[in-house]
Amino acid sequence: MKVKQYKEVLTKPLLEENPITLQILGICSALAVTSNLSVTLVMCVALTSVVSFSNLFISIIRNYIPSSVRIIVQMTIIASLVIVVDELLKAYDYETSKKLSVFVGLIITNCIVMGRAEAFAMKEKPFISFLDGLGNGLGYSVILIAVAIVRELFGAGTLMGFEILPLVSNGGWYPANNLLLLPPSSFILIGLMIWGIRAYKTDQIEPNEYKLSSHKTAPDLSKRELNV
Amino acid sequence: MFEHYLSIFITTVFIENIALSVFLGMCTFIAISKKIDAAFGLGVAVIVVCLITVPLNNLIYNSILKEGALAWAGLPNVNLEFVGLISYIGVIAAAVQILEMFLDRFVPALYNALGVFLPLITVNCAILGASLFMIEKDLKFGESVVYGLGAGVGWAMAIVVLAGIREKLKYSDIPDGLQGLGVTFLIVGLMSFGFMSFGGISL
Repeated sequence: MKVKQYKEVLTKPLLEENPITLQILGICSALAVTSNLSVTLVMCVALTSVVSFSNLFISIIRNYIPSSVRIIVQMTIIASLVIVVDELLKAYDYETSKKLSVFVGLIITNCIVMGRAEAFAMKEKPFISFLDGLGNGLGYSVILIAVAIVRELFGAGTLMGFEILPLVSNGGWYPANNLLLLPPSSFILIGLMIWGIRAYKTDQIEPNEYKLSSHKTAPDLSKRELNV
Repeated sequence: MFEHYLSIFITTVFIENIALSVFLGMCTFIAISKKIDAAFGLGVAVIVVCLITVPLNNLIYNSILKEGALAWAGLPNVNLEFVGLISYIGVIAAAVQILEMFLDRFVPALYNALGVFLPLITVNCAILGASLFMIEKDLKFGESVVYGLGAGVGWAMAIVVLAGIREKLKYSDIPDGLQGLGVTFLIVGLMSFGFMSFGGISL
């Protein structure tokens, strides 16, 4: 029973309750850091570790936090974790940390972290909160990595810096689609991805506020009026 | 002098629009853009908070955190930049709280209009992002005031425009899976391609 619950908490956010495509959380960084796969991977690891550990620590002290100041307490824990990640990154991978620039700092206000702390860690036990953080971090990573693969492969013909599709400019056959390297293209890719997921998981479809009435020919209308 | 400030303002509003060029504050940007009035209220709140917190963080950075900034206290070798993130977010959370109480006491009409949006703003990455970009660009105090205003105005303009488009979109026939979130992403993508055309302009 317990194991089943753990598994559910870990795997549900991957597709069914994905933080990006269903809960609309943490989109900012999904757009700006996905033009290159290796940078994206670093960002995913950073976010996943912050969200899992912030969930763990907040859940440990959840019974001692007065609800009136909980946002500030959560912010402090999250900000401290982000500082640790930021300093580690600067120490061991300075190049990538320069490329990510302000986006590591912005993990603090990434809504996934706050959202999970507020919605899950404040209520549940530490271990399961940690798993929930991990699951949501992975759900975020899945979308980011998918977007990054499409953008880097078709935009620059490379993956992680290795040439996959030889470019025309280097004597190959593939004309690069530079449009994909521009940040706005990730909006369109995520939009299409949402369409794909919702075509498969039809329960996620949002209802239309104003349903268009179907086309009726004149005799049909008169018949309906007669029936009334 | 005036021209310099004007060019910072125009650059932040159009060329480096904080929503459509650097993609900050996207969560609220997409979640609260269904109606124009709500979007406008949130936009005004973002302008006010940006205008207060960016200069405030600039003061904190330049007089306390920056390397050598504590020379006036007899500590010329101290570099506190590593606690930057936690101080900026602290300043933002405190400023939002104080603003909320101030409006409640003195301008109740505005408080009622903005009420729901103010707490949301603490976790809006546009605000923290504006402060972080201000540090990265190494702006002076006067410039940071203009930058804060420009960042807020740019974000507010973008969300009002998106809300306008989404209000019209209610009446269109959209494929099922694309309804709501999906089509909003596509529209924001197109809007942001539009904003890229400002990219070549240098002031």
